[in-house]
Amino acid sequence: MKITLRVWRQESPKDPGRFETYESNNVNPHMSFLEMLDVVNEDLIAQKKRPISFDHDCREGICGMCGMVINGVPHGPDRGTTTCQLHMRRFSDGDTITIEPWRAKAFPVVQDLVVDRSAFDRIVQAGGFISVRTGSAPDANAIPVPKDIADEAMEAAECIGCGACVAACKNASASLFVSAKIWHLSSLPQGQAEKDRRVSSMVAQMDEEGFGSCTNTYECEAACPKEISVRFIARMNKEYRRAKLLGRS
Amino acid sequence: MLDSKVPSGPIETKWEYHKGHIKLVNPANKRKFTILVVGSGLAGSSAAATLAELGYNVKCFCFQDSPRRAHSIAAQGGINAAKNYQNDGDSVFRLFYDTVKGGDFRSREANVHRLSEVSVNIIDQCVAQGVPFAREYGGMLDNRSFGGAQVSRTFYARGQTGQQLLLGAYSALSRMIGAGAIKMFPRTEMLDLVVVGGKARGIVVRDLVSGKVESHAGDAVLLCTGGYGNVFYLSTNAKGCNVTATYRAYKKGAYFANPCYTQFHPTCIPISGDYQSKLTLMSESLRNDGRVWVSKKKGDRRLPNEIPEEERDYYLERKYPSFGNLAPRDISSRSAKEACDDGRGVGESGRGVYLDFRDAIKRLGKPKIAEKYGNLFHMYHKITGEDPYETPMRIYPASHYTMGGLWVDYNLMSNLPGLHVLGEANFSDHGANRLGASALMQGLADGYFVIPYTLGHYLASTTLEPVSTDHKAFKEAEAGVHQTVNTLLSIGGRRSPDSFHRELGQIMWDYCGLARNDAGLRKALQLIPKLRDEFWQDLCVLGERENLNVSLEKAGRVADFLEFAELMCHDALARTESCGGHFREESQTDAGEAQRDDENFCHVSAWEFRGVGSAPTLHKEPLVFENVQLATRSYK
Repeated sequence: MKITLRVWRQESPKDPGRFETYESNNVNPHMSFLEMLDVVNEDLIAQKKRPISFDHDCREGICGMCGMVINGVPHGPDRGTTTCQLHMRRFSDGDTITIEPWRAKAFPVVQDLVVDRSAFDRIVQAGGFISVRTGSAPDANAIPVPKDIADEAMEAAECIGCGACVAACKNASASLFVSAKIWHLSSLPQGQAEKDRRVSSMVAQMDEEGFGSCTNTYECEAACPKEISVRFIARMNKEYRRAKLLGRS
Repeated sequence: MLDSKVPSGPIETKWEYHKGHIKLVNPANKRKFTILVVGSGLAGSSAAATLAELGYNVKCFCFQDSPRRAHSIAAQGGINAAKNYQNDGDSVFRLFYDTVKGGDFRSREANVHRLSEVSVNIIDQCVAQGVPFAREYGGMLDNRSFGGAQVSRTFYARGQTGQQLLLGAYSALSRMIGAGAIKMFPRTEMLDLVVVGGKARGIVVRDLVSGKVESHAGDAVLLCTGGYGNVFYLSTNAKGCNVTATYRAYKKGAYFANPCYTQFHPTCIPISGDYQSKLTLMSESLRNDGRVWVSKKKGDRRLPNEIPEEERDYYLERKYPSFGNLAPRDISSRSAKEACDDGRGVGESGRGVYLDFRDAIKRLGKPKIAEKYGNLFHMYHKITGEDPYETPMRIYPASHYTMGGLWVDYNLMSNLPGLHVLGEANFSDHGANRLGASALMQGLADGYFVIPYTLGHYLASTTLEPVSTDHKAFKEAEAGVHQTVNTLLSIGGRRSPDSFHRELGQIMWDYCGLARNDAGLRKALQLIPKLRDEFWQDLCVLGERENLNVSLEKAGRVADFLEFAELMCHDALARTESCGGHFREESQTDAGEAQRDDENFCHVSAWEFRGVGSAPTLHKEPLVFENVQLATRSYK
């Protein structure tokens, strides 16, 4: 396959950045999208040009490190798929593909397609946990958890923290990410004790990081590689109102 | 002589006794100690969080952009624990026994028993953190079976158990970061260990964003940096996994134990092209319901569904009737290789075997199979373009886990005082072959339940002079790091770091892979130094020193792999027996099974660095089996 790439290149956070165009003639349809970039990078090195920087690690869709906007869509055209799991067979010979980093105020660009997502870590640090000291846990079967509740907690917990939801949102809202973590923990019996505190402090940190508000466009769910449901956002809002009304923040 | 410091007494009480008699650090004094934790996977996150809860001053480092990305996250199938919730005859002793046997009698009994004991606490801890393990309708925890065991003791969260356990540990870590008890350094790579007065007292790191080289001093260093499976270039490991931290500690005097013990996972998607960057694992849990087979005929090019039942060779069920498709990983991997060497491999390359769900789908129905393995089937479909509900999966072994690692004593401390090594980075618990669902168990056991006790003992029983990063040992280490970085940037050759890594991987796969022999290992020992010389003459690293520079990061890691690979081959050459994942062709039974040589090799081989290109010095720790009888491992 022959592919033309328009790639965002930016040396450092201060550099204004620009698109550059590269041609690649030896793309195999079985390659993953990142393997295609590897091949392009090898060519760039051979031409003594700095290779394109992009975040990636596990390359099996679970670490959440990779992510780029491909033809305007975070993680590219396939539903429920991370960039690393996207394959070139999804494209056609002669295609031009535009690749950009996540764009959000709270995710500053570090270099090329690499962005700083540490805002997500700080939101979790604000309350995305159940406070249980090592060694103080009761027997694992002491508290039964109905299967449907455990299954739904798992659905929320599947979030890989890649940030596609933010990149897809016109407001750069982190509501899907934050609500998934809140629902994962607050729906389980183990997470009840801290649920009011958790929702208040995580939402406050989300606001402080500069993420926008949710206006129910649902682009986040469409872009999410784990297909996390927007219903968690509604539940987060309900939890938040309840905590505020009860003055339990 | 290496002293393992295993406590005396019966194996059932060693750990209890030890915990009751080792020294403690007064709660008010804990904050005076700074602990440097390198790596944020299951071992690193759990250790950092727990030590911070105890009151220690903790700094934690990871090269990824967030501690939640560590490669533990990719573990799929599950975590073992001797809970016996199934009432199927499991016990601490049975888990201990299975693990020692699964490791082909090359692990340290006392460590394995302790691992089995604390396994039950791990599940409690994780559930309390909110890890959403699979449950039955009554609300109780569900279990599944895994290779090498005849009980169901594996706890799981769909096909993402590693992810959920890591997110649990990450949440504990985050809680302590938020509380100000841990300072986290993401996108920061450890490039040297600093030894002062014979003790590990600090590390030198490079900030991967600014390129700044910095030192951190502390009272103990914990390496939780995972394994070296990427020495083969193609592996199931994440792209960033590397040997640098442990290898540089080795160069500073820590012994490297059993580096030739590498695990090839039998159920990975086969290689499809020369551009391939990694191999994807399909969880071993699939072997609960999938049946492994190839055609009885050589060179059979028919589509799998066209091959009638009587012409299929379900070779694992045939050769190992009592364990069948759940035979341990080393045995399953070698059997796949044998079938392919015999000309009966499948797929375009002929290096693959089928993993077939046809019968399970018939028995349980498609929805049940989808519930159990849906995400794995989806992943396989995405990667290969083939639908495993309709046609069998094709699988082949790939480098997956490394049992070898830095040598540690019972307290998880290396021969260098103060240097502690946890999780996959150490060598102690899995012998020559790890059983499925035991890596997660070990990482969390070490971090949550072992190091919090043993580290206190070290700190309370050692005199630690105050050391600052102005000390000359730090300055020398920093200078060394600067020099390496500058050299890598200035070679100005033609070849990329990846091209060297790929070439090294091929050498290791050919000569130190699934099967090894004397001539091949000697050949590798000639090829590796040659490739290393070429690397230092023809490497091309572009970009800047003081900026994010992905090529520079890779080059540093490849440079270490190029030295480490030689160590691996030395170890594989010296160990002329076959055991577990280390298969020496010269040492096999008439039936082609691995043949151990207990008379000459019932020991840990711990290697001491003697200079690049020089043969390392071997130190032995004899392995004593008092509770499990040394036997030929049989799964027939």
